Amino acid sequence: MTEMTPTPILEFENVDTYYGNIQVLYDINFKVYPGELVCLLGGNASGKSTTLKTILGVCKIKKGTVKLRNERVNGLPTKKIIARGVAIVPENRRIFPRMTVLENLEMGAYLRSDKNQVKEDIEKIFELFPRLKERINQAGVTLSGGEQQMLAMGRALLSNPDILLMDEPSMGLSPRLVDQQFELIEKVNRQGTTIFMVEQNANMALSIAHRGYVLQTGSIVLTDTAQRLLNNTMMQEAYLGGTEACETSGGTKIP
Amino acid sequence: MNIYLEQLPQQLINGLTLGGVYALIAIGYTMVYGILGMLNFAHGEIYMIGGFTGWWVLHLLTRNNQVIMNSALVISLMIVLAMAVSGLVGILTERFAYRPLRNAPRINLLLSALGVSIFLQNLVLTYQGAKVRVFHIASLIPQDLRVFHVGSTVFSFMRVMVISVTFLLMALLTVVIKKTKVGKAMRATAQDIEAATFMGIDVDRIVVVVFLIGSALGGAAGTMVGLLFTQVDYYVGFQAGLKGFTAAVLGGIGSIYGAMLGGILLGLAESLAVTFLPSAYKDVVAFTILIIILIIRPQGLMGEKIPEKV
Ligand SMILES: Nc1ncnc2c1ncn2[C@@H]1O[C@H](COP(=O)(O)OP(=O)(O)OP(=O)(O)O)[C@@H](O)[C@H]1O
Ligand SMILES: [Mg+2]
Repeated sequence: MTEMTPTPILEFENVDTYYGNIQVLYDINFKVYPGELVCLLGGNASGKSTTLKTILGVCKIKKGTVKLRNERVNGLPTKKIIARGVAIVPENRRIFPRMTVLENLEMGAYLRSDKNQVKEDIEKIFELFPRLKERINQAGVTLSGGEQQMLAMGRALLSNPDILLMDEPSMGLSPRLVDQQFELIEKVNRQGTTIFMVEQNANMALSIAHRGYVLQTGSIVLTDTAQRLLNNTMMQEAYLGGTEACETSGGTKIP
Repeated sequence: MNIYLEQLPQQLINGLTLGGVYALIAIGYTMVYGILGMLNFAHGEIYMIGGFTGWWVLHLLTRNNQVIMNSALVISLMIVLAMAVSGLVGILTERFAYRPLRNAPRINLLLSALGVSIFLQNLVLTYQGAKVRVFHIASLIPQDLRVFHVGSTVFSFMRVMVISVTFLLMALLTVVIKKTKVGKAMRATAQDIEAATFMGIDVDRIVVVVFLIGSALGGAAGTMVGLLFTQVDYYVGFQAGLKGFTAAVLGGIGSIYGAMLGGILLGLAESLAVTFLPSAYKDVVAFTILIIILIIRPQGLMGEKIPEKV
């Protein structure tokens, strides 16, 4: 990555996040460059969702800096951060249960004022997900898990984000849907949206990501390209459940 | 039996009048509950303040027992200003008594609401006194228009006006909630406050709008009840608040359409009850309904059983 000179679209510098007095993130550093698909891997309660909420300003930090395109955003209200081109597909999708599919999508475009363009973009989402169009006036709560995932994705894309945050997109989906989901994420990324994805399913995530970071109890312990992380012994043992480590390429171990 | 049937249309009219007013009050409870999960005990006082505002407008526009403007204009001014003043008081209570406690335990918020209720009552008591203010509506409506008869049913001008205005306001609210951006944001916030934040919705602003709308409707109800029953005093908010709360629970607290339905049903029930029971039992009806609903269908008629928010 040394040859990459553009400014990172997202950057954490020495970030400590707390819930009240309880520290959850310890000295987090990472960068995401424009066009990248980066994943943050880690087990339960390692602080993955907290990292995303820190980006959005929902969780407050006590130390460090969160930057979007080199500008400090920590301390700004969430809507200002969203307005700078961040969108999220939250953990468990968080569809508005008693709003229709269309209304859910409209909420994704809440900060946009180009009404007509929003209408066109909604049509594009329906082309991407014809299933949603069939259910346009159905309440969110009545959708299946897979359909809700599509809706959450469509809703997030409707803000035209520069960077899309995804919190465990594979959660609760059947293996077939997980495959579809990851294909879609890859496609969206190829079309130019930078993606920062949180996952427990390390194998799947690394199969589409460019780079990855590994989070353990609130600290980043490892970072490397996706390919090398897939082959890393430490990863194999801890997250990939594999035994046939090809080679023990080091990665960047972070003490 | 016959006599009951004969009275039926009359009771329906009366019930709808009362029910519309209850519905307007219930909407304020239910909207605030829907977003903050709190019972705004001060809502009855917001209604009372609406009543006083209406009284003052009428009072200031009356000279020598004669209104100095067109009656329709006076009534409109009473309602609009009552909505404005109540809306403003609602926003202020949110800003100073509830917002600082947003992250505190729920019980603190409830106690604060109770405090606001007592504070507002005493504020009005201090500056307006304890005596009953009488709405002098005699000059507002010419004698020959005050009532008209259809068969044995008496339509009073005021009742027809109140029914029209309440239903108009509810229709307007429905349009706002369903069609406008801020209305959709209000629903989104009520359904999932964090997800709403993720969309870029400014939740604080939405809460302000909710207090504004809910309080304004409560204020309108206060003035209209003043016009109907021609009285207001510093304590009227207590009973009105209880009725509105009952209606909200009956409809399903958190549901706006539930509040409308609950209010109308409660009004009809009270009104029909006095056909069969001595009128002293009127208020007992509301609380009987409240208790029955809490026992057999705590989520109310239109409320959904939703697991506690995590
Ligand atoms: N609102 C909160 N208040 C206090 N502690 C919290 C809160 N949210 C999360 N935590 C704690 O912070 C830690 C990290 O939580 P987080 O949700 O970020 O984990 P995660 O990696 O996303 O886990 P999962 O894979 O289960 O979603 C956990 O120990 C959790 O209990
Ligand atoms: Mg999580």
